[in-house]
Amino acid sequence: MASYVHRIEVHYTHDPRLQTRTGRYRSLGIPLRELHLVDVYTIATSGRDFSPEELSRIGAQLSNPIVQRYSVDRPTEADFDYAIEVGFLPGVTDNVGTTARQTIEDSFGFRFGEGEAVFSSQLYLVVGDLTPGSRERLVAALGNPLINRVHEKSREEYGEKGMEPVTPFVHLGDLQAAGAVDLDLFDAELARIGKEGILDPVTGERRGPLALDLAQLHAIQDYFRRLGRKPMDVELESLAQTWSEHCKHTIFASPMDDDVPRGLYKTCIQAATNTIRKDRGENDICVSVFTDNSGAIIFDDEHLVTCKVETHNSPSALDPFGGALTGIVGVNRDTIGFGLGAKPCINIYGFCTGDPDTEPPLFRARNRENPILPPRRIFEGAVSGVGVGGNCSGIPTPQGWCYFHDRYVGKPLVFAGTVGVMPRAHDGKLLHEKQALPGDLIVMVGGRVGKDGIHGATFSSEALDPESPVTAVQIGDPITQKKFSDVIVKEARDLDLYRSITDNGAGGLSCSVAEMARESGGCHVLLDRVPLKYPGMAPWEIWISESQERMTLAVPEEKIGAFMVLMRKRDVEATAIGTFTDTGRCVVKYNGETVMDIDLDFLHDGLPEKHLVTEPVTTAYPEPEFGCPDRLDDLLLAMLARKNICSKEFISTRYDHTVQGGHVLGPVQGSGRVQAAATLTKVVPDSTKGVGLSQGLFPTYSELDPYRMALAAIDAAVRGLIALGIPLDAIALLDNFCWCSSDEPGRLWQLKHAAFGCYDGAVGFGTPYISGKDSMFNDFSGFDADSNPVKVSVPPTLLITSIGVHPDVTAAVSMDAKFEGDLVYVVGETGEELGGSEYLAHLGVEGGTVPLLDIEAAKVRYGRMTGAIERGLVASAFPVTHGGLLVALAKVALAGEIGMDLAIPGGMRSDRYLFSESPGRLIVTVAPGDREAFEEVFGGDAHLLGHVGGTTLRVSAGEVLVEQPLAAMEAAYRAPFGGY
Amino acid sequence: MTTTAKALVMSGYGINSEMETAVALMRAGMASDIVHINDLIAGEKTLSDYRLLVFPGGFSYGDDMGAGNACANRVRNNLWSDVEEFLAGDNLVLGICNGFQILANLGLVPAFDEDRPREIALMPNRKGVLECRFVTLKPAAENLWTRGITHLYCPVSHGEGNFTCSEETLARIEREGMVAFRYVRDDLSPAGGEYPYNPNGALADIAGITSADGKVLGLMPHPERAMEFVNLYDWPTRKERLKREGKPLPSESMNMQFFRNIVAYFRE
Repeated sequence: MASYVHRIEVHYTHDPRLQTRTGRYRSLGIPLRELHLVDVYTIATSGRDFSPEELSRIGAQLSNPIVQRYSVDRPTEADFDYAIEVGFLPGVTDNVGTTARQTIEDSFGFRFGEGEAVFSSQLYLVVGDLTPGSRERLVAALGNPLINRVHEKSREEYGEKGMEPVTPFVHLGDLQAAGAVDLDLFDAELARIGKEGILDPVTGERRGPLALDLAQLHAIQDYFRRLGRKPMDVELESLAQTWSEHCKHTIFASPMDDDVPRGLYKTCIQAATNTIRKDRGENDICVSVFTDNSGAIIFDDEHLVTCKVETHNSPSALDPFGGALTGIVGVNRDTIGFGLGAKPCINIYGFCTGDPDTEPPLFRARNRENPILPPRRIFEGAVSGVGVGGNCSGIPTPQGWCYFHDRYVGKPLVFAGTVGVMPRAHDGKLLHEKQALPGDLIVMVGGRVGKDGIHGATFSSEALDPESPVTAVQIGDPITQKKFSDVIVKEARDLDLYRSITDNGAGGLSCSVAEMARESGGCHVLLDRVPLKYPGMAPWEIWISESQERMTLAVPEEKIGAFMVLMRKRDVEATAIGTFTDTGRCVVKYNGETVMDIDLDFLHDGLPEKHLVTEPVTTAYPEPEFGCPDRLDDLLLAMLARKNICSKEFISTRYDHTVQGGHVLGPVQGSGRVQAAATLTKVVPDSTKGVGLSQGLFPTYSELDPYRMALAAIDAAVRGLIALGIPLDAIALLDNFCWCSSDEPGRLWQLKHAAFGCYDGAVGFGTPYISGKDSMFNDFSGFDADSNPVKVSVPPTLLITSIGVHPDVTAAVSMDAKFEGDLVYVVGETGEELGGSEYLAHLGVEGGTVPLLDIEAAKVRYGRMTGAIERGLVASAFPVTHGGLLVALAKVALAGEIGMDLAIPGGMRSDRYLFSESPGRLIVTVAPGDREAFEEVFGGDAHLLGHVGGTTLRVSAGEVLVEQPLAAMEAAYRAPFGGY
Repeated sequence: MTTTAKALVMSGYGINSEMETAVALMRAGMASDIVHINDLIAGEKTLSDYRLLVFPGGFSYGDDMGAGNACANRVRNNLWSDVEEFLAGDNLVLGICNGFQILANLGLVPAFDEDRPREIALMPNRKGVLECRFVTLKPAAENLWTRGITHLYCPVSHGEGNFTCSEETLARIEREGMVAFRYVRDDLSPAGGEYPYNPNGALADIAGITSADGKVLGLMPHPERAMEFVNLYDWPTRKERLKREGKPLPSESMNMQFFRNIVAYFRE
């Protein structure tokens, strides 16, 4: 316990953000007049105290004398009505506190010991007479009860003494030993262990879900019966992690019905890649697929690029900032952990949330207790988390999207992806290959281990319910990660100091070490060597903790000295925690006692096979009946203002998309700054090549026709890159399935058909999958305001991400219309396909035909487009997706800040033609001088609509259908998120 | 157009633009070593072996406790005498973005005298969030850094670039010609504080200043992130225009002149 506690408060004399901050909380309906912010540092030491002079020195270092003032052990003086202090709960990552501690250590030349720390907190001084209700709303908006402590005082209570210093140290009881668990139980009790966890002998409480089903528990029971002993808790927890849906992807791996005996992954995803690679022969672009932390394709003769897209959904529902931050820095580690370590060079993102203008009354418990976070809070938190992660790590984040739907209110989806770059070889050694050998030391690098994220992997395989453990919430520490990322990827790798590396993600050490142990054939771990954030953790907790910012490496014994010296020099904590072996066993010891000793084969392959059965869901829906207005002006403006179509530029400018110096085509394009469908980034400075990224998803198609949905997602992702000028044969794909209720036969049928679509789409285009991920239970189970049970499931969501290598970025094409007089074409055919469209969603009409991709025609068209762009015949290109042709035309015009005069063909009802989401189409503008050459390339597939010019978008079909000034369209396009 | 003088580009603790900064210098004709700050502190590398010290962009210490502040503390607590000695020689110091924030916290700019107290601050942007977008800069003084530059067009990407100082300090900086670059509109007329031309609310549209002796420059925007023609935000429009005029595409951007100026200083 700290004996000396001092509190330093720092505030701006004239806070430049005061207006923005105040405005933000006023916009949430809290009628405060001003919201001031004071940064608080609480310094707690036991070994030594600081003199007043020393504390002043610290205050000076924690503040800027030009614009800030600090006070030591004395409250900030100000005029206000309420004081609200928000700090962290014990054990929550406190990055600012850590940096302050390091500054003090550096300045005074001593190290804080156990039980000593600096804690940061924010003191909000509220000016304004708030009702108790408004105050409550403000407190709820400022802090999150899962991670924050909040203290409130009125002006009178604050008085001359201010706020109390608080030191949220973690206090744990006595050291817990490992214990044996009796599995000789009746099935009901056994099932309870799977569902609720092991009964803790000390607390008498369940330790949290193992998410093991009865069949799996029986397999474990049998295994330990054969061994003739009871399993230790460490072993059970470890098996639960390794066998979790999150790690083993049982739903994608299991046989399904009679027609998918090898499971969906092997039959649809892996088979597509295998088929394509075989067909391509020597022209295969894949280097490493599915087996490593990321997938990789050839960039050029010297380099390869990697990509991985992850989801971090459940944690983001509880703490959107921390969840999204952890998501993005986590997937960065899938890059650092690819091969012998790739350098993260591009981040991508995607957010599915409820409509941020709604506040659905949903609760995790009865009696209106434990409410869900409102969609806006989740959306803004996730936006902020991905931004901080990328910005602090120096990784550009150009590409991403947001998608809003009421069914994401209980469980948002947060997608985070990273592209990496690495030389293909160094000193003759292929860098994408790695192998731990027997005798290599197991070294953990990066942050320390705490209780954070315990049961994280199993937790995300279970639907969110009131008993979700709070330890599932964690906050990333990008700087700790940046430090080891730099030293590993930029130094240690090329010094050949280690033989293998992987990241500590879901399951922590239990998964990373056991996974690497397959390379050597076994492992021997000394758990008591693992450095902890605080004492008192049980062995099973240390083994499965998901504390962030850690990698596991295999370091040959003769290199451990050099490795450790380098890590120390870079201020990176590294600890040898055991040895890789070839015993075929995973052995874990704690204080001399064996707490785990099981066959590696059983750990990885002992999982009993499931056979999944599906049940068809209808995909034939009647065409809905609705009228078509004579003029479509209002519809166009309404469509541009739909949240899935409008500008989210506030995200693009908040995310650094220029760091590393490779910006070519960014998130917004043209002088009119419209969000693009694809981005292009140089990742090797002296190469003319670049990496294109695009994404596609159509969750509203899923319930109507999951097969067509998958084709549409693949096509949109591919087409985004085609529009930049990237050839089809230089494109690879990643799949992310975020399904719901995947124990229901209907949902599994939809999954199967989406997977069939994935096979047909990828093989049709010849674009292989290189990596993928699934998250199968995105369901929220809770209660409405009247305590009635409610289940909200996400619409079955498939994200397809495309990565492609542009052969010459100087030939690339942006989306904006360029010059007056240029011709406007739509390339590709428009069908009456409105099912699942943004148009029908706007009208509130259901049913309809989901667009069907004609993949053969599209393939021919895309090849022609590549040729036309290569020849310089294309002034701009933009894919038609959500919202259809008219929305796409408006975006191209807005981006170029120039109008268009267009005529559409007859033969189809004008609204259907203009809002149909038929895939495979691109809007292209062409210089008049290139007309003949362009039309010769495309023939009848290119439909001339008119020309660029003026300041209005005018569309007619005999009569004028739309005539809107650019200014009106821009206002609509920017309205929904204008206040963000 | 090269120099044998060498640059030290600082790295570590969340500095993140060291590689592209080294590439920009290399292309301009100056070799550099990327040196981890701990290697300087440990004496494994020596500042006096170099003629240019660069604090590149980044998020040192995650911007915790004010951008650049924690890293400045590390320099002041561990390297101060080396830095003072370096400043006394015929050497240059460049700080870009986070590097400028570090220089400001160290008092290396404006450095009216050798005490180098903190005189300026780069506060949080007026909008309160990081802003990443292209800006246009116009030189506001003729000095070694700005020679031959009509304008720069490059990204800002920072949460704290809102330049401020006392009225007296501002008057002195302006009087002594220490404002190196200001944010301007596309037509090079003054931004007048207007967003987004002035992206952060900086006093007097100040994007970069030099020290009183002219040898230290702090600059918020990132010329090293737009070295090439294809890095420029509006390059597709420029390309299409050049193409129709039958003109070739340039490979470099106008921002390279900034780095050539540095190299030219060491050649003279």
